[in-house]
Amino acid sequence: MSYVFTVSPDFTPDHLSGWYIFNTWLQKQSGEAIHLEMYNSFQTQREAIQNNQIDLIYANPFDASMLVREKGFLPLVKASGISDEAIIAVNIKNSVQEIVRLLSASNTSSDAFLFDAVTTDNPEIKSELQPRSADFRYKVAMTEDPDVNMMGMIMLEAGDLNAGNIQTHICDSYVLVAKQLLQGNVDFGIFLAEAYDDLSNMIKKQLRVLVRSQISVIHHSLMIGPKLADRREELQNLLITMNDNQKGKDILASLKFDSWVKVDDEEMEFMIDLMDALAT
Amino acid sequence: MIVDMKAEDITADYKEITLTLYGGITRKVLYTEIETPYPDGKLIVSTTDKNGVITHVNQAFIEMSGYTESELINSPHSILRHPDMPSAAFKDLWDTVNKGERWQGYVKNLRKDGGYYWVKATVIPNIRHGQVVGYTSVRRKPSRTKVEECIKLYPTLF
Ligand SMILES: Cc1cc2nc3c(=O)[nH]c(=O)nc-3n(C[C@H](O)[C@H](O)[C@H](O)COP(=O)(O)O)c2cc1C
Repeated sequence: MSYVFTVSPDFTPDHLSGWYIFNTWLQKQSGEAIHLEMYNSFQTQREAIQNNQIDLIYANPFDASMLVREKGFLPLVKASGISDEAIIAVNIKNSVQEIVRLLSASNTSSDAFLFDAVTTDNPEIKSELQPRSADFRYKVAMTEDPDVNMMGMIMLEAGDLNAGNIQTHICDSYVLVAKQLLQGNVDFGIFLAEAYDDLSNMIKKQLRVLVRSQISVIHHSLMIGPKLADRREELQNLLITMNDNQKGKDILASLKFDSWVKVDDEEMEFMIDLMDALAT
Repeated sequence: MIVDMKAEDITADYKEITLTLYGGITRKVLYTEIETPYPDGKLIVSTTDKNGVITHVNQAFIEMSGYTESELINSPHSILRHPDMPSAAFKDLWDTVNKGERWQGYVKNLRKDGGYYWVKATVIPNIRHGQVVGYTSVRRKPSRTKVEECIKLYPTLF
């Protein structure tokens, strides 16, 4: 029997060879044939998951809910000390210093509730702010990383921006998000914090961070599908002891990880609840 | 357990009022006009049992509320209840989550030092093995525009 392993598309480009080496190690250790299948978009990867073609996945937190609740996946491990955080950055010449009151009241109407039972369509209650023309749209550059975009949009929401009142520019990489900012094509960029930190100093000197998330409980996880469920403990043990020898350490280093730590069911359920609460 | 607020914990001029909480418990609260701004980039997270008794808080919750973790755990969530919040908001919260649905709203919370902070909260039921075992609230930084609307609207709901 052969199994299929895949990696969240946001994690592949920089670490592609690392994942192949990791997969070779995993096959040897588990005694199973495992084929590494890479997808270049979240869309095609989700289709493969829906068609039950995946048995092992290094999953984006955004997909964890679907994997666990619809497809019966179980968490194994996460990379120690690593969580997914987002950054909102602007061109250094941008006058915006803080994400607050970016729009006039007339543009905030798509979120017109104060608590679920009460809405404020009453014009006397709506705050008066500098009116902007009705067709004005801030431009926001981002990649397709679903969890980073979600965290980024939550930070922009504090300034009254939402999916309905911005114009999004989807880029293939974070370097391209930075370029859009440098060229003045967009007002805000949403970055994975780690990717922002890895930009060259040349680029970073021309950008300014408005806000960096400090959520610390949202992370990618290595997960197994139902066909591997009875191997869970054994695989977990292999992975958490991987950094006990030099060979394992080197493979982890090629993925820029120190070690794996166990993720139990409740930690995963908690993260899924959190993602659920944030998704709206 | 929930106890009266103490004058020595309060950092500025304060007003005093006695709130009647769920189940007829009363609590004397002392409150000031000092706002603590929502910390940028953070989420404030807590979990309760099915009765709204706190079972878990994160570090941002501890910092913003001004209470220690051990003061918060096992306390009813109304330990943060601010007298300026209309009770209709919390009735709506409980009616909504009791149906198994999510609730969202803008909430003014009371700190241990008598000050306050505004949040946008989302409360969802925690479902484990098909059963509701408790509730989690995740708060994010609220839009100032929305907070100003609440400041005008909430007093009309009493
Ligand atoms: C998960 C969860 C989080 C809550 N968070 C708050 C909160 O931050 N502040 C607050 O005043 N009430 C909060 N409540 C509502 C309280 O349980 C309570 O209903 C409210 O403070 C009003 O008090 P009362 O119901 O005793 O009248 C929360 C409830 C749940 C289930």
